[in-house]
Amino acid sequence: MTETSATPQKQGAAVKPLVSIENVHKFFGDHHVLQGIDLQVNPGEVSVIIGPSGSGKSTLLRCINLLETISAGRIYVHDALIGYRERNGRLHDLSSKQIANQRREIGMVFQRFNLFPHKTALQNVIEAPTQVKHQSKTAAKLKAHELLEMVGLSDRANYYPAQLSGGQQQRVAIARALAMEPELMLFDEPTSALDPELVGDVLEVMKNLAKSGMTMIVVTHEIGFAREVGDTLTFMDAGQVVESGNPREIIANPQHHRTQEFLSRVL
Amino acid sequence: MREAQAGTDGGLDLIKAIPVRHPGRWIGAAVILLVVALIIQSLVTNKNFRWETVGKYLFDILVLQSIGWTLLLTVASMIIAIVLAILLAFMRQSENPLFRYVSWAWVWFFRGTPVYTQLVFWGLVSVLYPKIVLGVPFGPEWLSFDTQTIITALVGAIVGLGLNESAYLAEIFRAGLKSVDSGQMEAAEALGMRRSKIMWRIVLPQAMRVIVPPTGNETIGMLKTTSLVLAIPFTLDLTFVTNTIANRTYLPIPLLIVAAIWYLVITSLLMVGQFYIERYYGKGVDNITHKPVKATAAAAAAHAGGTPNSSGTVKGQQP
Repeated sequence: MTETSATPQKQGAAVKPLVSIENVHKFFGDHHVLQGIDLQVNPGEVSVIIGPSGSGKSTLLRCINLLETISAGRIYVHDALIGYRERNGRLHDLSSKQIANQRREIGMVFQRFNLFPHKTALQNVIEAPTQVKHQSKTAAKLKAHELLEMVGLSDRANYYPAQLSGGQQQRVAIARALAMEPELMLFDEPTSALDPELVGDVLEVMKNLAKSGMTMIVVTHEIGFAREVGDTLTFMDAGQVVESGNPREIIANPQHHRTQEFLSRVL
Repeated sequence: MREAQAGTDGGLDLIKAIPVRHPGRWIGAAVILLVVALIIQSLVTNKNFRWETVGKYLFDILVLQSIGWTLLLTVASMIIAIVLAILLAFMRQSENPLFRYVSWAWVWFFRGTPVYTQLVFWGLVSVLYPKIVLGVPFGPEWLSFDTQTIITALVGAIVGLGLNESAYLAEIFRAGLKSVDSGQMEAAEALGMRRSKIMWRIVLPQAMRVIVPPTGNETIGMLKTTSLVLAIPFTLDLTFVTNTIANRTYLPIPLLIVAAIWYLVITSLLMVGQFYIERYYGKGVDNITHKPVKATAAAAAAHAGGTPNSSGTVKGQQP
């Protein structure tokens, strides 16, 4: 029996990755932050990236939706080259409009939430659908209420971010990103700025999102989440992928001494 | 009563400390009262103030009309200045280097020359360019106007004040835009919003919190800078009119007081307006009403059988 029911791919055909990161390098001045990263994420997969601070994991994530530009290599999302157009063997910068269009398909959740403080939770969620996708306010609100309910905050729709706890703010931020119906969600240390007792609610929402089949790339320090929810785990250090594979195997039995060292410190 | 009961309940002994005494404050207050009394006494008894003349001209029709003109100059020039300042501040943050240079040069020029000089220039512009011509540069003319019919004294005054002010406001707006956390820009970009939309809908509304107080300051400053329009010459504003009356009646002091009173009244009104504008742009940040968590109230609630709201989360007033 071959797996056919799990994914809509044709029998026998290899699953085409949704995200394909190929030999990506990034320099900040003289600092070589990413040193040839290769990473692939299949549709519906949860790819967790761990590593010490300064290892380049957040930078890699930011490169995927063009908050940073890469110095070398290629990033493809859904077969589209991110940030450039290739013509006659040369790369051309995309216009700001084309960049905005690429970003629409990619949701991002930030460590510090970055909710719009002058807008209520509901207004935060409907901002992009109404302004970018030009949905009607009524339709956007309907969808926003669904999303807020999904993240367990249906009673907080009219609260301003300053009136919400960190965990609630982060869940609104997830709802805000989902409102654009992205095919890929990026999480940049989504629980690192939270008080310990608030982390669980956010992870729960992310877990449900993963179950629903969302493709996710999660940069985190939550090893438990990686083990439980992750389909692949990538350990990065000093701008390189040190080890990558099944999360449970890597956590239980890390092959590389740098992975062993890191895991012994965080577990 | 309840606190007292609470104390006798043996449940909770609320602290009732004796506050620190401040004898210096009482002495200071007495000195200030004395000085104020002296000032009032001199105002009342010194005949040279000529209060009856102040009263006579305070609501004089010429004075009232001049207030209207002064207000028109202030409001119109500030509107021009604010529109230009937003544009200049956006241009200064633009990725387009041309925009950045033009914005910088504009601020450099209009901030770098005295407003009086600029106003005199606007008064003389019809000498410099008697005709305004629309057409192809070095080519045919389509339309031409007499400069004097377009740039009247009023237009010259409004444009002159507005352009000068735009340079100062542009710097205030730039500071405001810079004060907004860069994470806001990133979050909006990640949602696929375009830069102009991010500026208008996300960055500027937050920057307004920082922009409004100094802009209110500038508006009040503008109210008084309008007295310089005699440089054009524009002769209908409050200062010019009260001066003219003073020269005619040989009574400068009461007419100065008339002008001062009206400037104070308008300034006070502007301050009220500023209060409401600040409150509007503070929504979500400044005007969140935290539930009072007074120790006494909390204790009272606890003894009344309720649970005090001592958690970190606060319920706010909903708009």
